[in-house]
Amino acid sequence: MHFDWSPAFISIKITLIATIIIFLLGLAAAWWMVNYRGRWQGLLDGILTLPLVLPPTVAGFGILLLIGKNGPIGKLLGMFDINIIFTWHAAVIASIVVAFPLMYKTARGAFEQIDPNILNAARTLGVSEWKVFWRVSVPLARPGIAAATALAFARSMGEFGATLMVAGSIPGQTQTIPIAIYFATLGGEMRVALFWVLVILSISLTVIVIMNNWNNAQRKLKLGAGGK
Amino acid sequence: MTANITTKVDLTISAAASLKDALTDVQSLYLQEKPKTTLTINFAGSGTLQKQIEQGADVDLFFSAAASNMDVLKTKDLLIDSTIRNVLGNKLVLVVPNDSTVPVNSSFSVVVTDPSVKKVALGEPKTVPAGKYAENVFTFLNILDKVKEKVVYAQDVRQVLNWVETGNVDAGVVYLTDAKISAAVKVIATASEESHTPIVYPAALIKSTNNYTASRDFLNFLTSDKAKAVFDKYGFEVL
Repeated sequence: MHFDWSPAFISIKITLIATIIIFLLGLAAAWWMVNYRGRWQGLLDGILTLPLVLPPTVAGFGILLLIGKNGPIGKLLGMFDINIIFTWHAAVIASIVVAFPLMYKTARGAFEQIDPNILNAARTLGVSEWKVFWRVSVPLARPGIAAATALAFARSMGEFGATLMVAGSIPGQTQTIPIAIYFATLGGEMRVALFWVLVILSISLTVIVIMNNWNNAQRKLKLGAGGK
Repeated sequence: MTANITTKVDLTISAAASLKDALTDVQSLYLQEKPKTTLTINFAGSGTLQKQIEQGADVDLFFSAAASNMDVLKTKDLLIDSTIRNVLGNKLVLVVPNDSTVPVNSSFSVVVTDPSVKKVALGEPKTVPAGKYAENVFTFLNILDKVKEKVVYAQDVRQVLNWVETGNVDAGVVYLTDAKISAAVKVIATASEESHTPIVYPAALIKSTNNYTASRDFLNFLTSDKAKAVFDKYGFEVL
């Protein structure tokens, strides 16, 4: 029988798109929270981190209630004839919700490590807040941000519980590698399961190694420039 | 007849997730009679439980939702064969959300013929017995290929029920016992017996049990009149 490769393409597509969105959202949220000094700080941080402590199936059920056909967001989208439940878009949303806290928390930690005097020095030189963020903070926090992105990528790649809840398992459409592994394992198809485990390990390992190498290369570049 | 248990025993039971509500009731009845016994029941999919027992999990009694899982353990010589018995039966039904327009007393073929049914949820046939039985029915009706165009596979029967309850799928195939516990779905068709392999819930003692007498006693209790009344209430067919 012809081997079905679709879980690989589906997983890569979902994970790449989710990672890009998580990167942007997570970075923005982290930066904003670092500078936010209001009374709701603790609560907001808790809410942003919540998906990390919830079991993925529970997070998935929450998303289902929101974007499902009878959920508030689902009904709104329904008016425009858009249905996201049981499509790969739903899987992207599940990945974003579940992996977002990793990006947010790690990036926030990295931003907090920056010596505020450097940022204030930039401000006294009349640099706009956007430039303080983009040209000073992000480069200084780069190793942490790279780690955060790698974590978010790996988490999205391995996402199972929430994805299955909102996207279901439709072969060729929403069946990702982790879902294929789960059903193959329990169905006794150990060779298929092992094959997909090797695939998902190689993809995740490659991405993490590339991220590390890139980060080290950037660091050397910076140290080299400083030495001249 | 049930034995007289005088010393404290702790039994571990692996039971199919679909037995959860009924077996929890049976458990409390049993504990009233045998206060010295502690029952730890691990509910999960029959496939998962089977794998755990194969890997040497410390289990005294296995109560499966399908004969196939029991058969695998029997072949691997992990059961006390003389204790295997079919305790319960169940029916396969097609459910729709309460507000669905699909007429009650339909057949399973409405999944294909009714245009309002755009998505139908089944348990993944590889791992969920209910999904396997559902495929039997659709194969029997010669519409499996057409059903597959609308299908979304779920992790277990409760997930199917969940999707139907929340209206995210237009129909789903579950057991009669699952349909009975939900107020948000209605049964529109029941699969005929000849259309699928019989749905039986076999139970057996695991060979490695250290509590033969107590486990045997609980197994006997499962077929007692008191337990039968509970299973009957939840919609199981008592064999």
